[in-house]
Amino acid sequence: MPVTRRKFIRIGAASAGGMVLGGGLVSDWYGLDAPRLTDPATDGDRIVPTFCEICFWKCGVLAHVKQGRVTKLTGHPDHPLSRGRLCPRGAGGTGLLYDPDRLKKPLVRTGRRGEETFREASWEEALDRIAGEMDRLRRDYGPQSMALFQHGYGSSWFTHLFRAYGSPNIAAPSYAQCRGPREVGFQLTFGDGVLSPERVDMERADCIVLIGSHLGENMHNTQVRDFARAVGRGATVIVVDPRFSVAAGKADHWLPIKPGTDIALLLSWMNVLIEEGLYDRSTVENFTTGFDQLRAHVAGKTPEWAYARTGIRPELIRATARKIGAAKPAAVIHPGRRVTWYGDDTQRTRAIAILTALTGSWGRAGGYLLPTAMKVPKYPYAPYPAPDAPAADRAKPSDFPMADATLASGLCAATIPGSSAYGAKGWMVYGTNLPLTLPEPERVEAALQEAEFIVAIDVLPAEICGWADVVLPEATYLERADDIDAPAYREPYAALRQEVVSPLHDSKPGWWIAKEIANRLDLASFFPWKDVDEYVDARLSAAGIDRREIREKGVVLGPRTPCTYEEGIAPEFGTESGKIELYSAALAAAGFDPIPEFRPPEEPPAGYFRLLIGRSPVHTFGRTTNNRLLSEVCDENEVWVAASAARELGIASGERVVLVNQDGVEEGPVKVKATERIRTDCVFLTHGFGHRAKALSFARGRGADDARLMTRVSVDPIMGGTGMNVNFVTLKRV
Amino acid sequence: MPRRIMVLDTVRCVGCSACVIACKTENAVPAGGFRDWVVGETRGRFPQLSLENRSERCNHCDHAPCVDNCPTGASYRAADGAVQIARAKCTGCKSCIAACPYGARFVHADGFVDKCTFCAHRAGKSTACTDVCPTECITFGDASDPESAVSRLLASRRWKVLAPETGTEPKVYYLL
Repeated sequence: MPVTRRKFIRIGAASAGGMVLGGGLVSDWYGLDAPRLTDPATDGDRIVPTFCEICFWKCGVLAHVKQGRVTKLTGHPDHPLSRGRLCPRGAGGTGLLYDPDRLKKPLVRTGRRGEETFREASWEEALDRIAGEMDRLRRDYGPQSMALFQHGYGSSWFTHLFRAYGSPNIAAPSYAQCRGPREVGFQLTFGDGVLSPERVDMERADCIVLIGSHLGENMHNTQVRDFARAVGRGATVIVVDPRFSVAAGKADHWLPIKPGTDIALLLSWMNVLIEEGLYDRSTVENFTTGFDQLRAHVAGKTPEWAYARTGIRPELIRATARKIGAAKPAAVIHPGRRVTWYGDDTQRTRAIAILTALTGSWGRAGGYLLPTAMKVPKYPYAPYPAPDAPAADRAKPSDFPMADATLASGLCAATIPGSSAYGAKGWMVYGTNLPLTLPEPERVEAALQEAEFIVAIDVLPAEICGWADVVLPEATYLERADDIDAPAYREPYAALRQEVVSPLHDSKPGWWIAKEIANRLDLASFFPWKDVDEYVDARLSAAGIDRREIREKGVVLGPRTPCTYEEGIAPEFGTESGKIELYSAALAAAGFDPIPEFRPPEEPPAGYFRLLIGRSPVHTFGRTTNNRLLSEVCDENEVWVAASAARELGIASGERVVLVNQDGVEEGPVKVKATERIRTDCVFLTHGFGHRAKALSFARGRGADDARLMTRVSVDPIMGGTGMNVNFVTLKRV
Repeated sequence: MPRRIMVLDTVRCVGCSACVIACKTENAVPAGGFRDWVVGETRGRFPQLSLENRSERCNHCDHAPCVDNCPTGASYRAADGAVQIARAKCTGCKSCIAACPYGARFVHADGFVDKCTFCAHRAGKSTACTDVCPTECITFGDASDPESAVSRLLASRRWKVLAPETGTEPKVYYLL
C-alpha cells in the first residue's frame, strides 16, 4: 500500500503514529531515506485477448483485468493488425467501458420524437414492443418496410436477423457516405475492390502517394505503422492535400492542391508517364484494354494544363510523376478511405486505379496486394427467404447502376413518402449515429419524424437514441463475444472477440438481443444455437481451428499465402473483358465517361470558404468524443483557417466563431485555429464534435458538428455516394 | 551500471498521442495529469512548411534542477540514472515544478508531485509508451551498452535534445 502525501502528513501529526501502524507503513516510515517506487499495479490478474471496436480496423488487444475491473488495454503481440501496438483510441477503450453516460437500461419514449424523454423499461417489455412493431409492419406492408442501418462488427447478428425477416433494406453509411466510390472505381478497373484493411503494401513501397488521405491523423493502426516504416527507411512520399496534414509534414513533396481538382492532377500524371515512357509496358501490353483511348484522352492534359486547374506548378507535377515512374512497380497511389467528396468520386478513384495500372503496381510487392482470408465456413443456416421487392434506396431502379451495396442515404430518403417505389416505415439503427453521419440534416429529421417505428441499439445515448421509440443498451465490445473475424489480409488469420468482463448495468450483447427478437417473430429456426459460444464453436470446428487454442490466444494465424504475382499468383481480372480496363466499356454503356474527365467543381461564393472535414487521431467520428480518457488529449474540434484569411477577417487563433453555410445554417461556436497549414480557399474541421444529445453529458456542446452544415450534397450518379465537400461557410464572430 | 535513455524518432512520429493514453492507463495517472504529451511544431510560411512531431516527457537529466531544488530529498537520482520521486517524502511544495525547464511535472490528485518514471516498475525492461507506439518511433534502452538499439541510433542518426542551453544533460533524445 503506497503512502500518500496526505497520509504521510497525518502520520507525522500523530505523535505515536508510527508505532501503531501496520507493518508496510512502518517500514515506509522508517525507510524514508531508502525510497521505494510505487508500482501502479495495473497488470491484470487476468489477461483476456480480444479485438477492438473503438474503430473498425479490429486490432487485437490484450485486456488486463484486475479485481473485475479492466485496468488497461495493450496491443496483442500476435494479431497481424496490432503486432503488440495500438492507436490511442484502442488504448483508450476503457473510457467507453466506464463511461458514466452509458445506456444502462432499455428505454421507452414518453415524449415526442426527438425530445429525448424516456422511461426505463424491462428487457421483456422493450423486446415485446420491438417484435410487436416488426410483426405489425410485416403484416401491413411486408418485411421490406423495415430498414436496418448498421455499422460495426456486432451488426452481423442484426444483418442476419433482417435477412431472416425478409428485408433487403440493410445499409451502412460506410458505403455511400464513405468508402463506396473507391470500391466501385477499383471494381470497374481491376474487377476487384480495395477492401478493408486496404490491400496496399506501403511497408515495401518505394513511393507512396496520398491524395487527401491523412494517415497519422486517420489512425488505422497497421496502415500508420506501415507508413511510418516507409517514411523511416526513406521511401518517397508525395502528399496531395489542400491542408499541410501530418502526412504532408513527412512528405518529400506536398502538393497543396485546389480542392476538387484531383482528377486534373491525376490525368496530367498519366500524361507524363505515357509521354515520357515511364509506365509499365509489360502490364499495359499484357493485361489492359483501352490504352490507345487513354493515351489519346490524356494527350493534351499536360502539367501546364493541370497547373491552370489545380494550382500545382508544372515542374512539381513533372517531378512527382517521374518519381512515381522511377519507383514503379513499388509505387502505391493510396485509394483513400472516406472518399465521398464532390460526387465525381468513383471517377476520381477510377483515375487512381488507372494510374495504378500504368505503374504496374497491382499485384506487386510495394503496390496493391492480392490477399486471401483464412477459410472459416459460414454457419449452416437454412436459406433466407427471397425478399419480395428490391431495396427501397433508389427513386428509380435505373439510378446508380454500379452501386453494389444499399445506400443508407437512400433508405433515409425512402422514409419520406413519395421518394421511392415503396416506403421504409420502420427503422432499426445499430451502432450508427445517423444525425451526425448522414448529410442533409433537414431530410434526416423529416425521415426520423416520418418513420412509424424506430429502435436504436447502442452503447451510448447518441443523438439517434433521442429519436427512437425504444432504445436498447448494448454491452460494449469488452463485455461481449461476437462473430469470428477473418478478413483478407497479407497474413491470413482468425480472431475472436471475447467477453472480458460481464456486461455492466443492464446491458446485453447483440447476439442475445437479435436472438430474442427473432424468437418473438417466429424466426427462432434462424437462431438454432444456444448462445454465441455454441455458434462460434460450430464455425471453428468447420474451419478446423482448435477452439481451446483460439480462446486462449485470441487469434490464430494461418500459413502465409502468396500475395503478389512475383510469388506465383496468375494475373486474373474479374472485369467483363478479363483485363484491367483503362477504358471502361461498362461505364460507356451506362452513359458515363469511360475514362475520367475533369470537370471543375463549383467555386465558393465571395467571402465563403469550402468546408473540408477529416479525422483526429484520438477519435472515431462522434463515437469517442464522450470518452473522457481520450478527451484528455482532444476535447473539442477547431476550425482551421489560413492565417492570412483570419487576419483579413480580424479573427485571432483561439477565438470562437459560428460557422454559417451557404443556406444560412449556423453551427458552433467553435474555436479558430489560424494557421499557415491550409489554403485560403477552404477551412477544415475534424468530424464528430458538436454533439447535442442531452445525455452525452461530456461531449454535449463541445465544438462544431459538420453534418449540420452539409445541407447540400453532390450525389455520385454512378453509385450514389453523397459528395459532401460542396458546402461553403463563412465565419461569424461571437 | 546501466544508463537508461530514451530515443524518439521525429521522422516517424505522427503525434497521435497513443503514448499519452497508454501511459495514463499503465500508470493510473489521474484525469488532468500527464506524464507525457505530444507537441507539433510548425515552421515556415505557406507553402514552405515543416512540421516536427514530438512525444515529450521528463528528460531524466544528468544535471537535474528538480533534484537540486527539492528541499526534502523526494526527487532523487536512481541507480540507473533516472530521476525519480519518493512520494512519501514529497510535501507538494512545487519547487521542482518551478525548476524544471521542460514542464514535465505536475501535482498528482493525491498531493505529491508526479512525472514520468521511465516505467521503473517494469524494472527497466520497457515502457508503456515504447510498447504502444504504432509508428515504432520510441526506443528505450541502455546507453552504457554500445551495442544497444539506443546507442546504435545515436551513433548513426542526427539527433538533438530539448533546451540544451539549460545545461541539464537530458536523457531523452530526438532523432531528426
